[in-house]
Amino acid sequence: MTADVVRLRPPMHRVNPRARWYWAARAAVLWIVLLVPQVIWWVADSGEAELPHVLVGVAWAVLAAVHLIVMPQWRYRVHRWEATDTAVYTQTGWLSQERRIAPISRVQTVDSERGPIEQLFKLANVTVTTASAAGPLKIDGLAAKDAEQLVADLTTRVGHTLGDAT
Amino acid sequence: MTTAVGRPTDAPADTGDGWRRLSPRMLAVHPVMELRRLVFPLIAVVLGLRSGNSGEGGWWALGIGGLGIVVGFLRYFTTSFRITPTHVQVRRGLLRRRTLTVPRDRIRTVDVTSNLLHRIFGLARVTVGTGQTDKKNDGVKLDGLSAAAAENLHRELLHRPAPGPAAPAGGPAPAATAEDAPESVLATLAPAWIRFGPFTLSGLVAIGVLFGLGSRLVNEGHVDLADVGVVHDSLDYLRDAPLPVAIALVTAAVIVFTVLASTIGYVLTFWNFRLSRHRSGTLHVRRGLLTTRSTTIEERRLRGVELSEPLLLRSVRGAKVLAIATGLRVGRGADRGGSILLPPAPRAVAVRVAGTIIDDPEPITVALVGHGPQAARRRFTRAASVSTILILLVLLAVLLTGTSWWTFGAALLLLPLGALLAADRAASLGHALTGNWLVSRYGSLVRRRHVLQNDAVIGWNLTTSMFQRRVGLTTLIATTAGGRQQYAVPDVPEAEAIRVARAAVPGLLDQFLAG
Repeated sequence: MTADVVRLRPPMHRVNPRARWYWAARAAVLWIVLLVPQVIWWVADSGEAELPHVLVGVAWAVLAAVHLIVMPQWRYRVHRWEATDTAVYTQTGWLSQERRIAPISRVQTVDSERGPIEQLFKLANVTVTTASAAGPLKIDGLAAKDAEQLVADLTTRVGHTLGDAT
Repeated sequence: MTTAVGRPTDAPADTGDGWRRLSPRMLAVHPVMELRRLVFPLIAVVLGLRSGNSGEGGWWALGIGGLGIVVGFLRYFTTSFRITPTHVQVRRGLLRRRTLTVPRDRIRTVDVTSNLLHRIFGLARVTVGTGQTDKKNDGVKLDGLSAAAAENLHRELLHRPAPGPAAPAGGPAPAATAEDAPESVLATLAPAWIRFGPFTLSGLVAIGVLFGLGSRLVNEGHVDLADVGVVHDSLDYLRDAPLPVAIALVTAAVIVFTVLASTIGYVLTFWNFRLSRHRSGTLHVRRGLLTTRSTTIEERRLRGVELSEPLLLRSVRGAKVLAIATGLRVGRGADRGGSILLPPAPRAVAVRVAGTIIDDPEPITVALVGHGPQAARRRFTRAASVSTILILLVLLAVLLTGTSWWTFGAALLLLPLGALLAADRAASLGHALTGNWLVSRYGSLVRRRHVLQNDAVIGWNLTTSMFQRRVGLTTLIATTAGGRQQYAVPDVPEAEAIRVARAAVPGLLDQFLAG
């Protein structure tokens, strides 16, 4: 293997397929927050000019629809994770993507969290932090059971190492 | 990296007593400090009484001022601290008694500051940094030890004897011997360096502060600026002058003021600057004209240095040096400026000092590997798109508000300026691996060269935007516990990013490689 073809492979595991619904729901909440005031404005506006409202409304609706359909699928293709004996490796994002690698020996905390929308889809996320404020690795959209398992695994592995480079 | 905070019962019962007080002279200082905080309400009172309105608010302010003085007195009586062989403990609070306990091996930095008021009474404030500078209410602050006591405490905490058998016993006694311990001076301020003052732009901040003060005074004191003779006259003058003249005058005024304020600021902050290395393994920075500040950084917490060259400073061949150390976050709250190892100084001096600090001149001077034409092109596309958007916005403003077309013409200048900036940014890009150091440089308006210990890297982030993926570039970010928390190598070809990451932290990435 020559030096110029060395590449990182993506992490091994995909997240749970239900994560797509979770991402869509999360985005939908955002869109509702954005669009409700506009609808209220439309209804409350008793002026003659309907056209601008319709145009803006259609534009937003198309944008929202595209976002809600494309983003979760795309994310699902990108989001992956892997935890080995010595490192945690994640890949996240869609338009802009990020791979994060942290050695187990530098891990400080392992958290699992279930927000309201996540609970709806029986999902959970796992956050692995190091001593750097810039380096938390977050794995979204794991099945709650898998998340528990991962936290337990990581906690044991971290327990076997020393030193967090602070 | 936790700071134990708990009730007194949680405190380790080392010695039975040993609680110390702040200096009684603080009884004079605390109330004045409290009053200083209330100076604006008090000014408002005076002005309010004079103009006959808001008298009631004035009485309120007076009441609060009185309360402030009482609180200031109480602080002395309610604060005490002690240093055990393993912990530093501070007890404070009247209604809510708290004991703050910090294990001594968690202490990263000790900062001794005295402002003018402190110095009149021969006092100092000691701040013990534990590395949790990102949290509110961090660390231990002892405001008001006598200068000598502060110095002793400082020595007690950081210049503790090495754990080896040769070291003398601990306790306050070895303070005297520590005083004679060899200390090598790495840099002192040369008066000629003050010429870099005007190029630091710190004066702009001063303008901002003055503006803020002014507007507060206007608001709280109900002063109508237009009634003040000087302001009134100059406003009138500017209004009557032709637009270009007015702009030139205002610009000139701002420049003159900035230069003056920056120079004064430089002298105030860095007068008496001295960087020294203590044999016990600490770096010691002392500086300040009116407010003196002395910071001590343990060298084993030092993870690297940053050579910072803002554009203006670079134009006169100046640079400054900052520390990358765990427990010192760059530009955060009370620690602002705590990581400065060398004020703006001639570049050659900065390079020499930075090399001495990390005991290896190589990473400071080593030739960097450029990031290639793709990365350079991205600098130009970005500059062009930002300037285009700004120009279009100006065009819109011209069309909508009927501003003179001259504005649009002036805005067109953004394109060549942007191109110059992009060229400089492209030239700045570079990285290198040398010895145990990861070196990265980027930026134009503020060009920084980061030199980070490979061992200090506690993770890698590789980010790629859509545009970067198209041309096969990635941004490699080394995360670390100190300084800015992350140090980037922007826009490197992916293979190179992997190569650097593998070389800097051997073994970590191997398991994730394709093939």
